[in-house]
Amino acid sequence: MNKEIYEKVRNNPKYIELVKRRSSFAWKLSLLILGVYYAFIMTIAFSPDILGKTIGNSVTTIGMPIGFIIILLCFILTGIYTRKATNEFDKLTDEIKDDIRFDT
Amino acid sequence: MNSLLANSTVEVSGQRGLNIPAILMFLLFVFATLSITYWAAKRTKTAKDFYTAGGGITGFQNGLAIAGDYMSAASFLGISGLVYLKGFDGLIYSIGFLVGWPIILFLIAEQLRNLGKYTFADVASYRLRQAPIRTLAAFGSIATVLLYLIAQMVGSGKLIQILFGLPYELAVILVGIMIIVLVTFGGMLATTWVQIIKAILLLFGASFLAIMIMSKMGFSFETLFQDAVNIKGTDAIMRPGGLVSDPISAISLGIALMFGTAGLPHILMRFFTVSDAKEARKSVFYATGFIGYFYILTFIIGFGAIVLVSKNPEYLDIAKGTLFGGNNMAAIHLSHAVGGDFFLGFISAVAFATILAVVSGLTLAGASAISHDLYANVFAKGKTNEITEMKVSKYSTIGLGITAVILGIAFENQNIAFMVGLAFAIAASANFPILFLSMYWKKLTTRGAVIGGSLGLATAILLVILGPIVWGEILNGDANKAIFPYKYPALFSVTVAFVGIWFFSITDKSYSAKKEMEAFEDQFVRSQTGIGAQSVVK
Repeated sequence: MNKEIYEKVRNNPKYIELVKRRSSFAWKLSLLILGVYYAFIMTIAFSPDILGKTIGNSVTTIGMPIGFIIILLCFILTGIYTRKATNEFDKLTDEIKDDIRFDT
Repeated sequence: MNSLLANSTVEVSGQRGLNIPAILMFLLFVFATLSITYWAAKRTKTAKDFYTAGGGITGFQNGLAIAGDYMSAASFLGISGLVYLKGFDGLIYSIGFLVGWPIILFLIAEQLRNLGKYTFADVASYRLRQAPIRTLAAFGSIATVLLYLIAQMVGSGKLIQILFGLPYELAVILVGIMIIVLVTFGGMLATTWVQIIKAILLLFGASFLAIMIMSKMGFSFETLFQDAVNIKGTDAIMRPGGLVSDPISAISLGIALMFGTAGLPHILMRFFTVSDAKEARKSVFYATGFIGYFYILTFIIGFGAIVLVSKNPEYLDIAKGTLFGGNNMAAIHLSHAVGGDFFLGFISAVAFATILAVVSGLTLAGASAISHDLYANVFAKGKTNEITEMKVSKYSTIGLGITAVILGIAFENQNIAFMVGLAFAIAASANFPILFLSMYWKKLTTRGAVIGGSLGLATAILLVILGPIVWGEILNGDANKAIFPYKYPALFSVTVAFVGIWFFSITDKSYSAKKEMEAFEDQFVRSQTGIGAQSVVK
C-alpha cells in the first residue's frame, strides 16, 4: 500500500479520534471482564465458602447464579462492543476511507 | 443370558456390543462428509480457496464454525464428565474457557483480519524479518497442533472403540484416512462446513438432552440440584471443590485458558475465512453466544447424569468404580437414559463428527504452518507460485495425517491429559505474546520477539516436564515428587515471554530495529482501518 496514503490517514483527525475511542472502549471492556473473572477466581482460591452459601432454604448456592451471570456477561459484552463498533467505529472508518478516495 | 454375553464382551475387549442405530448414523455422517468434500473439492482451486475457503464465509457461519472448533468432543464429554464427578468445579473450567473470547473480540479479531492473509504468522511477522518470526510462529503452531492432535486422536480412538465396537488401531486409522481425504481435497471450505453442520447437530443434541433432563425434574433447577445432592450424599458438588486450590494455580490456569485461546492456530486461522474485519467481529459475537449456551448445557447434562445415570447398573463399571468407559462417558450414557438406542446413536455419531471436524481444523492449521509459513516464506523466501504452495499444503496434510495416526496409536495407553494443557500453555506463552505485541507495541523488534518468544516456549515445555504430571506421576509415580510444584506453568512462562520480548527489544539498537519501529505506524493504520487489507475477490 502507498506510504503516502498511510501518512495522510495518520494525519486525519478522524483517524486519531477513531483510535482514541476504540482503544479506550476496548481496554475498558477488557479490564472489566478481566476484573470480574479474576475476582471470581480469587474468591474461589481464598474464600470459596462465600460462593458456597446457600440461598434461603434451597440447596442452590449463590455460586451457581454467579457462574451463569459471568457466562451471560461474556456474551453481553461482546454484543455491546459489536453494536458500538457497527454504529460508531465503522462510520468513522468509512469517512476516513472516503477522505482518501476524494482527496487525490 | 443377554447380560452375560454383554459382560463377556466387556471383559474381553472393553468394547460394547454393536449398536445398530449408532452405526447407521455413523455411516450416514461419513457419507455426508464425503459428499461435502466432493462439493468443496470442485470449488477449491486456488491457495486462497484452500486456506480461507475463498474468503466468503459470513460472520454467522464463521461464528458457528468457531464454536464448533471449540465445542470439541473433549469439552462436550470432558466438561460434562467433570461436572458429573465434581459439580461446580466443571463450571469454573467452562468459564475459564469462555472469558478469552470477549478479549479476542476487543483486542485481536478485527486487527488480525486486517493485517493477515492465511495464518497468524502473517500478522506476527508483518513488519519484522520474515524468516526468524515465521519459523518461531510455525514451530509454536506445529507444537500446539501436534499435542492437541495426539489428545484428540487417542480420545477418538477410544470413543469409537467403546461406541461402535471397533478395535482401537482400526478406529484411529479410520479417523486418519477421513481427515486426510477431507482436508486434502476439500481444504478450508470442507473443514468449515463440516464444522458448521457438526455444531448445529451438537447444539440440537445437547439442547434435547438438557430439555429432557429438566422435564424429568419438573423444569426446576432446585429439584435437579436437590436430587443430585441426595444421590451423591454430599452437597460438595454445589460449591468449589479442589480444582483451584491455591492462588498461583488459579491465576496460572486462568492465564493459560484466556491467552491460550488467543494463540491457538486453528482458531486464529478461522478469522481469515471472512470477507472483512466487520464479519470477523460478528463471528466472535455469535461464537461467544453459542459457546456460552453450550457450557450452560454441559452443566445441566453433568448434573442430569448424576441423577439419571450414576445409580443405574447398566451404565456402571463396577470393577473400576466409574461409569462404563470412564466418567467422560457421562453424556453418552445419559443420551441412552433419556432417548434410548436411537438417541444414543445420534449422540455417538455427533461425537464422531465432532472429533472429525476438530482434527480436520488442526491438520489444516498444521499444514498451513508448514506450507505457507515454512515453505513459501522461509524456504522459498516468498518466491513461489500458488500451484507449488498448494502442492506442498496437500503433501503436508497427508504427512500430518499419517503422523497423527502413528502418534495416536503410540500413545494409546499413555496419560495424555496433560497434553491439551501443554498445548494451551505453549499457545499462551509463544504464539500469543508475539502476536499481541506485534499488533500493539511500537518498540517490538525481530530480535526481541524471537528471543522472548523462544524463552516463553522453552519455559512452558520445561515447567510441564518438571511438573507434577510428567516428572511426578509419569516418571516417578508420585505427583509430589515433582521439581516444579504447579500443574499449570502459564503464569511463569507467559511472564518470561513478555519480559523477554520487552527486554531484548528495548536493548536492540540495530538499524533494522529502528526501521521496524518506524514501520509500526503504517501497520497500525492498516490494523485499525483495514486500508490495504486482503480483500475478497469474487
